[in-house]
Amino acid sequence: MLRGGKALLVLGLLLLLQLTVDPNHYVSRVLLLSCFSVMLAVSLNIINGYAGQFSIGHAGFYAVGAYTGASLSHFGREWMEASLGLASFPAWLADSAVLLAAVVAGSVAAAVAGFIVGLPSLRLRGDYLAIATLGFGELIRVIFINIDRVGGARGFSIAPINSIFWIGLFTVGIVWLSRNLLNSRQGRALQALRDDETAASVLGINITSYKVMAFVLSAAMAGCAGALYAHFDGYLQPDSFNFIRSIEIIIMVVLGGLGSTTGAVIAAVVLTVLPETLREFADYRMVIYSALLVICMLVRPQGLLGTSEFSWASLRSRGKETGGGLA
Amino acid sequence: MQEFLQQLVNGIVWGSAYALIALGYTMVYGILRLINFAHGDVYMAGAYVAFFTAGALGGLAMGSPAGALVVMLIAMSGSGLLGYGIERIVYRPLRAAPRLTLLIAAIGVSLFLEYSAQLAFGSEPRLFPQLVPARTVVSACGVVISNQQAIIVAVSLALGLGLQFIIHHTSMGRAMRAVSFDREAASLMGVNVDRVISFTFVLGSALAGAAAVLVPMNNPQILPFMGVQPGLKAFVAAVLGGIGNVWGAIAGGLLMGIAEIMVVGYLASSYRDGIVFAILIVVLIVKPTGLFGSPVTDRA
Repeated sequence: MLRGGKALLVLGLLLLLQLTVDPNHYVSRVLLLSCFSVMLAVSLNIINGYAGQFSIGHAGFYAVGAYTGASLSHFGREWMEASLGLASFPAWLADSAVLLAAVVAGSVAAAVAGFIVGLPSLRLRGDYLAIATLGFGELIRVIFINIDRVGGARGFSIAPINSIFWIGLFTVGIVWLSRNLLNSRQGRALQALRDDETAASVLGINITSYKVMAFVLSAAMAGCAGALYAHFDGYLQPDSFNFIRSIEIIIMVVLGGLGSTTGAVIAAVVLTVLPETLREFADYRMVIYSALLVICMLVRPQGLLGTSEFSWASLRSRGKETGGGLA
Repeated sequence: MQEFLQQLVNGIVWGSAYALIALGYTMVYGILRLINFAHGDVYMAGAYVAFFTAGALGGLAMGSPAGALVVMLIAMSGSGLLGYGIERIVYRPLRAAPRLTLLIAAIGVSLFLEYSAQLAFGSEPRLFPQLVPARTVVSACGVVISNQQAIIVAVSLALGLGLQFIIHHTSMGRAMRAVSFDREAASLMGVNVDRVISFTFVLGSALAGAAAVLVPMNNPQILPFMGVQPGLKAFVAAVLGGIGNVWGAIAGGLLMGIAEIMVVGYLASSYRDGIVFAILIVVLIVKPTGLFGSPVTDRA
């Protein structure tokens, strides 16, 4: 889907934005925030949409990634500067190296957490799994509150590295990965076990490893988003990764359409940008979201887009064939 | 030892409230296989009903047991009505829907109640009036029990016994057990399933309403989000005891309350939420059916 030419185009565009746009301008801040929402919603969609498991502790993985990335850049930067000679590099290169190291560390740590949560999920289904992931998310938050090295409940301040280029690149990368996963061998296996676990296992799909894979992959993506987010403001607080945050991500995935990456992206952007433009209705925001969630379940439980995806090919063939762009 | 006993007493008092809320979870789960996420918020609504009732009654409600009882009955009716409305408007149309749809709807209802309450009552905490002035009733071996603590435990126990009576010795209770066992078969036997489910919601929600009057005796702050943590913890208590099991919910609630108070007393209060979820995860991994739950063949 994203071959040479398009990849270069994206890179060029992001570089241009990086060089010309002030990342701390209000509009770019809102758009960057929606990038985080997109990463979270798209990654959660792998567990909840593709694989049909139900996780409501996604903010936990996000927190693991954020705190790991932040700790690495806070406590490890000096070491990296000394041993890798980062100090002699230009500032943007040194910053990028630190940020990338933080992202890798955050993703790996979150993936490990995903593995740990994914394992018991083999024994649990449906709402039991949901409640176990909820417990995990809350537990993570309590643990960070109690680690004094990272500020505990007061929060954790680090040197911010706010980069449109990297945030944009990882957002595009995660969306691309998730979109390509859908029709890959692994993606089809996940959908098969979502639709009928027994039938899938009869067809030779290793349920255990695929469920764990969905958790690990999704957690790694959330961890990557977390590490980037940690450097966005340079300030973290355990309470910003609470149950409500997890629920917000679920609302995006569900309203967009469980199983649709396109839907997750659209819902994530809309639900992040909309409250900013409707500031005067801020008090009503969550009332409206929750009412929408309930109404959506009553009227259209498959979400706004169902499982359909947007693609350029179907857009081009529109008119020639019967199917539309969002068939 | 003396301190341990005192902590134990405090834990039992705290756990009684969890037990009352857990009963609502366990009943609804037993009958609909639904984690009613909104249950904690029904509890919150009960607290606000009680708060405004006490305010309206003014001096009449204060200090006299009859006044406190009236406040509690009104709070129970308010919560019961809310529980009935939620089931009627949201859960009933979704009865044939996949369970995840129902679960997401329940989360939606929960958020809706929380944020509507915030909109209506503001996010400032309100101070619940002292319905029964505190007085020490027992002071033995250094263990002090106040009349409020005694009331909390006694009322919880009485309501638990009452519930047990309804479930096992009335025709509605028999119908409830039948519906929870096999909804379709029960309906073929002439049980009005809709009515039974409504009744279950009303009963469970009314118990949460009772808890909402009892808890503020110990901890008088009421807030729009006050139901979230007790709700989650009571749910954990229900799972711990074996969801769907009435005595299990009571035992789970008591254990949960004791564990929490012990952690606060002997470790650090910042771990108080952690212990609950740690217990939950251990129970789910080691014995998902809980302490007293019967084995379930398919939890999908």
